[in-house]
Amino acid sequence: MDSYIFWTVVKVIVILTVFSALAGITTYFERKVLAFMQRRLGPSHVGPYGLLQVLADGIKLFTKEDIIPQNAIRPIFMIAPVIAAATAFIAMSAVPFLPGIIVSDVNVGILFVLGVMAVGMYAPLLAGMASDNKWSLLGAARTVVQMLSFEVVTGLSLIAPLMMVGSLSLIDINNYQGEHGWIVFTQPIAFILYLIAGYAETNRTPFDLLEHEAEIVTGYATEYSGMRWGLFAIGEYANMFTVAFVASLVFLGGYNDMLLIPGGLAIIIKVSALIFLFLWVRAAWPHVRPDQLMWLCWKVLMPLAVVNILITGLVLI
Amino acid sequence: MIDFTKYKNRDISVDYMYVEGSTDPQSWSEKFSQVVKRTLNGELFVGLWVVFREMLKFNIHTVKYPLEKLPISPRYRALHQIKRLMDSGNQRCIGCGLCEKICIANCISITTGVDESGRKAVERYTINLGRCIYCGFCAEVCPELAITHGQDYENVSEQRAHFATMNELVTPMDIFKAGKQKEYPGFGSVTPNADDNIKNTPLAY
Repeated sequence: MDSYIFWTVVKVIVILTVFSALAGITTYFERKVLAFMQRRLGPSHVGPYGLLQVLADGIKLFTKEDIIPQNAIRPIFMIAPVIAAATAFIAMSAVPFLPGIIVSDVNVGILFVLGVMAVGMYAPLLAGMASDNKWSLLGAARTVVQMLSFEVVTGLSLIAPLMMVGSLSLIDINNYQGEHGWIVFTQPIAFILYLIAGYAETNRTPFDLLEHEAEIVTGYATEYSGMRWGLFAIGEYANMFTVAFVASLVFLGGYNDMLLIPGGLAIIIKVSALIFLFLWVRAAWPHVRPDQLMWLCWKVLMPLAVVNILITGLVLI
Repeated sequence: MIDFTKYKNRDISVDYMYVEGSTDPQSWSEKFSQVVKRTLNGELFVGLWVVFREMLKFNIHTVKYPLEKLPISPRYRALHQIKRLMDSGNQRCIGCGLCEKICIANCISITTGVDESGRKAVERYTINLGRCIYCGFCAEVCPELAITHGQDYENVSEQRAHFATMNELVTPMDIFKAGKQKEYPGFGSVTPNADDNIKNTPLAY
């Protein structure tokens, strides 16, 4: 029992460290990829090829003054970014990152991940409402509307593959694909729906209207500075990784061996490709309007997901 | 012969062309087909391809500014330069005061007096660079090509003392003696085809 607790703590610490660092490194790659796609150089002055920019940003975030507005509700304002980062990392506890590396194999793994990521919605909501700022409030309202709506799509799009597998555990889903091949080939629509909803839930570009600079400054994070803002950013990038891991586990064959590539490497390649897709889409596509987003969610994606579930059910019967 | 009558015709309605914009779909089926068409015609993937192509080409347009600079036009109007006479090395300025007069920012002030040999001399010549708007009028009006605009545009400093004084604007003697005083090809200078533009004095009238 003691060794079980010990190894769980070790795993937690390793995963926390690795993904906190990955969040920083992803910002570097995001800036580089965006720059290259826009014919710029990106960060290039700090260290070789600008690699130490992450370190410089980290030092800046940690040492920056932590400003709390006079009329903000202090305890809620201070706790909100912690919720963002905490829920993002708690959601990771049920995700098997590599073969055998999982903090706890819950038998309702995917449900746990989705649920905790949904709880993360409280962070922008509380941040926006506690900030005493119009833009924060608008940003919070948009966040709640967007994330609540797209939770539905995420859930419904994942139901179809779950019906085929018959288990909510991500390890079972992974093993199922080892026998039957990737689910993306049998459930392409569910995969696309899940990706779209994943972008909306992690507030990435085609749907990042809760941080729309041109309209509402940075949305719920307007009044935040220093490491509190940094926690929001870490939460966002950690959520990106969770979405990418879940997408590759549920749809892209997980950590099963791919021909000659061992499973551990295979899932890293898949996740890297999905993260690159996140950045690529950000460079290429414009935002949508809030009403277009709602239209897309409730009039297109949700009916498609329901039809997909129906067809899957009929085929299974 | 130009037909001037057509320029008087202000009624543009004859040639006026109306561009017919797209109309919003009215019926349910039209709306549905528009959505399907927009979803499936792949414009989004064209966008994805364009940015990916640019990344593969790696045709970077960034100029690392302090390390490398873009070439600027010879007509660029940056910090002033005071030129010397080719033969004697004296300053070209004859103290006529035209630049002071024309300066619309009132930043040039010039004091002239009589030197020991009884000739008119410039005693004091100041340009308030904080006020100067770099319009180039002083260079344009100068009859002796004595004041010109150079290409040194990086004039930012924390202290007033770092800014140029008269001595720094004048061509240094060593550069002058090496024959490296560049004649000004830009604003207010004599154009390369100046000789062609000279007209004979109309004595025939």
